[in-house]
Amino acid sequence: VQYFLLGKLRLQKWFVPTSDRERKKVIRDMIMLVLPRQPRTCNFLRWKDLKIVYKRYASLYFCAGLEEQDNELLALEVLHRYVELLDKYFGNVCELDIIFNFEKAYFILDEFLMGGEVLETSKFAVNVSMEQADTLQEACTSLPRSLWCV
Amino acid sequence: MSPSVPLQEMIRAIRSARTQCEERGVIQRECAAIRAQFRQTDNGGRSHNLAKLLYVHMLGYPAHFGQMECVRMIASPRYSEKRVGYLGAMMLLDEKQDASLLITNSIKNDLSHSNQYVQSLALCTLACMGSAEMCRDLAPEIDRLLRSSNSYIKKKAALCAVHIVRKVHDLGELFVPSARSLLSEKNHGVLHGAVVLITELCERSPETLERFRKTVPDLVQIMKGLVISGYSPDHDVAGVSDPFLQVRILRLLRILGRNNEAASDAMNDLLAQVATNTDSTKTVGNAVLYETVLTVLDIKSESGLRVLAVNILGRFLLNNDRNIRYIAMTSLQKIVSTDHNAVQRHRGTIVDCLKDQDASVKRRALELSLALVSASNIRSMMKELLIFLSSCPPELRAQAASGIFNAAERYAPSKRWHIDTILHVLTTAGGDVRDETVPNLIQLITNTSELHCYTVHKLYRALFTDISQQPLVQVACWCIGEYGDLLLKGECQETEAVQVTEDDVLDALEIVLQSHMSTPTTRGFALTATMKLSTRITDNVDRIRSIVSIYGSCIDVELQQRAVEYNALFKKYDHMRAAVLERMPVIQKNSLGQTNGELSEEPMKESQPGKVKQEETALPPQPAGQVVDLLDLLGGSQEPLQPGSSVGGSASTQLTAAPSSAGGDLLDLLGGFEPTPLAPAPTVTVYEKNGVTLTLSCEQQSESGLTVTLTASNSTDSDISGFTLQAAVPKSVQLQMRAPSRDSLPAHGGAKLTQLVVLNNPNKVNLKMRIRVSYTCQGSVVQDMVQVDSFPGL
Repeated sequence: VQYFLLGKLRLQKWFVPTSDRERKKVIRDMIMLVLPRQPRTCNFLRWKDLKIVYKRYASLYFCAGLEEQDNELLALEVLHRYVELLDKYFGNVCELDIIFNFEKAYFILDEFLMGGEVLETSKFAVNVSMEQADTLQEACTSLPRSLWCV
Repeated sequence: MSPSVPLQEMIRAIRSARTQCEERGVIQRECAAIRAQFRQTDNGGRSHNLAKLLYVHMLGYPAHFGQMECVRMIASPRYSEKRVGYLGAMMLLDEKQDASLLITNSIKNDLSHSNQYVQSLALCTLACMGSAEMCRDLAPEIDRLLRSSNSYIKKKAALCAVHIVRKVHDLGELFVPSARSLLSEKNHGVLHGAVVLITELCERSPETLERFRKTVPDLVQIMKGLVISGYSPDHDVAGVSDPFLQVRILRLLRILGRNNEAASDAMNDLLAQVATNTDSTKTVGNAVLYETVLTVLDIKSESGLRVLAVNILGRFLLNNDRNIRYIAMTSLQKIVSTDHNAVQRHRGTIVDCLKDQDASVKRRALELSLALVSASNIRSMMKELLIFLSSCPPELRAQAASGIFNAAERYAPSKRWHIDTILHVLTTAGGDVRDETVPNLIQLITNTSELHCYTVHKLYRALFTDISQQPLVQVACWCIGEYGDLLLKGECQETEAVQVTEDDVLDALEIVLQSHMSTPTTRGFALTATMKLSTRITDNVDRIRSIVSIYGSCIDVELQQRAVEYNALFKKYDHMRAAVLERMPVIQKNSLGQTNGELSEEPMKESQPGKVKQEETALPPQPAGQVVDLLDLLGGSQEPLQPGSSVGGSASTQLTAAPSSAGGDLLDLLGGFEPTPLAPAPTVTVYEKNGVTLTLSCEQQSESGLTVTLTASNSTDSDISGFTLQAAVPKSVQLQMRAPSRDSLPAHGGAKLTQLVVLNNPNKVNLKMRIRVSYTCQGSVVQDMVQVDSFPGL
């Protein structure tokens, strides 16, 4: 997976080095390609030498750019899994959750994917990691500053 | 979880801005505040500030002043600050930024941190944006972590190693042993990471691939476990156990089994099992099946398994889910050349997909259909393709049209079918065909001489249906110009003939000339066609003359040039007009390639002194020219010498007449090239009586070809009109008389009359020619005859 985007950019994760300008261009192109798609059309597109997989959930479009050898059907599952993870974490996730807690969305993504590959295939394990990391963070912020927390 | 209030307040403030301008204002204020905060050495809200900046960055605003803050935060001992710091590093820094180097040390330290979540941050960041430098630096550390006992760390280290190998290929060697041992892990996350790492290592180095072939049995075992095992809630997705892992293992097996019999054998049973047992009702099962099919088709699988795989693809084609159909077609496309017959079996379904609503599916179906066209199914396939063309989305038209042309060219069952098909495409999608279609089609038409009548009729009709399709109009004009006489004859074997008058035909061409939809190129075609008709029609030559002269002052330079040249053809070089404008020779296929540009723009620039091979079909009846029958010189019968008579039995085939230099130099027309043909050739006077002189000169053009030029002049006081020449030659010699330059001789040698005679003497007999002269002078008709026994220069 080369990149991972959400709708009116709520989140972007780049797995290959891409300059700011290139990123903006890719994002623009994606928005132009994906947003006008009719419902019930194929979720796969070709763009330059990449395969684009996208899925719409309510008001958000989840988009992933794949390389030639990546499995598109599985990519749909990956997108779906991520939404499930968000849903479990935020409890009935909606777009506003992702907007106001964007850094959490990133953290969840980082527990699920890494370097463009799936990191953890178990939903349960991802949730546990997030909870534990959050706990650690809580502990940090609630302790007086004079105490090192890690 | 406690929300970072300042962050959320800012987000709210930004979102409530009603205009872009307002938003920018809010953001500028916030950024200023953030900057100020950054400058303060130590404060509790650091992570919030950075988070705010990251949000602003995500909206597209510049945030590079936060880079150093990221570096500072990463170095902080507090987890909350590290977390945001690393996130910032991943968002704002990439390997090209200098600041990224500064975090290398922090990452190194954090990799050996006692808390796994800190380690994980470092691993994640390294895997996301680690430069080659950093990778080289930290690789040993990662390898150490691969051997840790902590699964959480191991799985992250594995994917981090993948990134390292991608960045620095040589480092792959380092990870081979650890990767191998990770395969015995039970933890799926670790296992998955291990498989990905091994895949990466094998793809990079063939030697490593060899070594890892031994792992095939282990991989097969793991897969079996996943496929057969009972329900595992942890990894189950709609009845499939850990599809992510299954797919990755299949992919690795594919790489290991490629080009290797032994490995392929070892996985044969497993693949068959997965193919048959996987539940295909949901996407996730199909994802696994898809990967299985890809693997089967790529390794050296036994034929039964291959058939199974192609059948799975066939089933996919019938699936309701568009995505599945799309996938099936991309896969079939890949194997259509290797497993052609297997794919042919599903041709029907593929052709049905041409009617799918989805544009992506349509595109795939088109590519696949074109690949499946063969000699045996060309007729039915073409029907489908033409139906598709008439309703296909505009972005696919060009591809469809050119695909159809290729297919038609390769497999056309008959010439008529071929021409019909091309015409059909031009009428449906004329605007989307490539430029070389027009000359290609013209070449095809000239080659199909038996269908000239049919073709010109069809095109004439097509012209009236739709005048906007430029390629069609161009070809139609060309044909009308070339074969207009066939149109006027009013009879046609192959199709219903039109009954048109010369005026009708000229009207049609004029409409094209004047239509605002015609491009300059098309107008050029039309003008030239009009000109060509001047030698193929009898009554309306004046109309043509006036059309041509009008365009002499046309704004378009190309048209103007043509018109002026054609005008000149009427005036000064009228004697050459028939020769210049006669039927085009059959265009050779390879010559088309070179003269492509020329042909498409100037189809009638006969300045190419090409081989003038005569057409087999009826030579156009020329108004003043006479085509002479072969005569037995000794028999001396004058019968066939009637003006305008058609050739009859003499239909001279393949006169290898040489190009007359007279007709050849159109390029010099404007330069006032003197049309005295064969100037260097010696001239001899063959007849001189009553003030009428006839001279003859000849030029050998080829082995057996010869051009004779007869020149007549009148030195009397009165004009001569109705001057005609007729010639007869020995039986074995083929003769053709070109149209004379004029039919009157003004008094006092006011103008000369020239007439070309083209001879072909294959048997090399002794050449003789009998010439009959007839003219009217002062009201009385004079006829005379002269025999020429020797030809100068021969």
